[in-house]
Amino acid sequence: MPSSVMPTTTRNGGPQSPGVGADAISAVGLRKSYGDKTVLDGIDLRIPAGSVFALLGPNGAGKTTTVQILSTLIAADGGQAQVAGHDVATSPAGVRAAIGVTGQFAALDDLLTAEENLLLVADLLRLGKREGRKRAKELLERFDIADVAGNRAATFSGGMRRRLDIAMTLVGDPRVIFLDEPTTGLDPRSRRTMWETVRSLVAGGVTIFLTTQYLEEADQLADRIAVLDGGRIVAEGTSDELKAQIPGSHVRLRFNETDEYERAAAAFPGAVGALRDDEELTLRIAGDGDLAALRTLFDRLDAAGVRAADFSVHTPDLDDVFLALTGDGGTGAALHVKETQR
Amino acid sequence: MSTLTYAVHDSMTMLRRNIKHALRYPAVSLGPAMMPILMLLLFVYAFGDSIGAGLPGNGGRSAYLEYLTPGVIIMGVAAGAMSTSIAVCQDMTEGIVNRFRTMNITRSSFMTGHVVGSVLTTLVSLILVVAVALALGFRPSATPVEWLAAAGLITAIAFAVAWLSAALGLISKTVESASNKPLLIQFLPFLGSAFVPAGTMAPGLRWFAENQPFTPMTETLRGLLTGSAIGNDGWISLAWCAGIALVGYAWSRTLFNGTTKR
Repeated sequence: MPSSVMPTTTRNGGPQSPGVGADAISAVGLRKSYGDKTVLDGIDLRIPAGSVFALLGPNGAGKTTTVQILSTLIAADGGQAQVAGHDVATSPAGVRAAIGVTGQFAALDDLLTAEENLLLVADLLRLGKREGRKRAKELLERFDIADVAGNRAATFSGGMRRRLDIAMTLVGDPRVIFLDEPTTGLDPRSRRTMWETVRSLVAGGVTIFLTTQYLEEADQLADRIAVLDGGRIVAEGTSDELKAQIPGSHVRLRFNETDEYERAAAAFPGAVGALRDDEELTLRIAGDGDLAALRTLFDRLDAAGVRAADFSVHTPDLDDVFLALTGDGGTGAALHVKETQR
Repeated sequence: MSTLTYAVHDSMTMLRRNIKHALRYPAVSLGPAMMPILMLLLFVYAFGDSIGAGLPGNGGRSAYLEYLTPGVIIMGVAAGAMSTSIAVCQDMTEGIVNRFRTMNITRSSFMTGHVVGSVLTTLVSLILVVAVALALGFRPSATPVEWLAAAGLITAIAFAVAWLSAALGLISKTVESASNKPLLIQFLPFLGSAFVPAGTMAPGLRWFAENQPFTPMTETLRGLLTGSAIGNDGWISLAWCAGIALVGYAWSRTLFNGTTKR
């Protein structure tokens, strides 16, 4: 969105909801280091409005730092970022007016009750008494904490705290929501509730920037996923695109004798070429392992006159992608593929 | 609404939050009053007779009560420092401050709310201290105008101390260290004229006692309440208050705008 365009301001202070296809978040070359330690080493992002974006990465990859920069908590050392049409460095107030942030640690006041927490946020948003009470009541009901509205947040369970936390984030109807590891430490049930919440928010047209270490979560929720490792985005795409980036479904054949192994390898030259593992006497042959493909494969082996000692079919999931792309520099992708037998 | 109205509105919201905390946990908010009250009882009943005998005029226990009460009030103001830095640090180490920082609110309102809240709770706890002193037989000679001036002075000191301790709360990584750092401020009145006249101290300490901020403050309050000579101490006290408040404010502001914990 060109910066010269200054649309009329909505209640949230941000530009009117960007049209379809506009970017809710964009970043170019974001860098951040603490002392000698480079946390972000040039991050580019483009997140269309109304979509869910998941930033996936192991601990210490720089996920939280990215959220902190985009939500104006800290300044980047280099690069630029726009959120909801505002530059995070030059127009932080505009960004803040448009976003809601739920960090890794519940951002609520333990000494206040659930209702007081929501009213505090409503007051800070200058909603006015009546509107504030109305919003608080709605959110208490929506997040199933109305019956404990008068209890202090300190007495809440982890799942309830997260729900209150999200409810506080939503008081101001933000157009862009950052969720930094929203389900870390939650039990499976609370995790599913959170997923439902995210889905309902997206249905309302909100853009969600999610960080997670859980592949399943990214797979379930995100339109696009970026894998962050060592301060760089090592892969980006839809869940399916990512799965396609690493060696796909394959059949593994193991042999007992070296000459059998060599003859089998010779039977799969060129396009159908097999990936060799000379030490293990194992061949990895691309193919999705359905019956027809397997029959062809065995026919070839028979034609070559060799018998495999063992065979197994592997289908990649996001775990494979994650393990392949993160860790030892992400170069030896094929070597990191998890050995999941299906 | 203008920027100033926003700032006032946001600061009031933050203040209401801090007052709610104080009302909900009176043991924590009025805790700082306990120390001066205990000191008052201890010094008056245990040491009062002999210290009082050493005061000009050889007045004994009741003369010492009169001498000590203003000093203990000043001590109570300094004691409020601890709860301020603990409250600030507690907020900083919990997630809530990041929510405030990612909202489009006046940045200074967070600190202003803490400081004003701290001044109010200090004033309430000092009412307790004065009430105990009156019950023990403290009979101030102050006129209503002098009472008002005394209240103004105490508010100014509390305000200055609160900004400084807010900064101490911001530099503390844990609540434990936030409760230790202000001990220095709390201890300072002892090394001044709060308990005994600075003139009776050993030479090196006397120089320190005469030149540290709490001595002119104690002397001014003593003059207002009991009619002793104030001299230049009033102006010196106000200058100290302004200086400490400015340093504390500027320091807090820099710290708060520049750091993110976690």
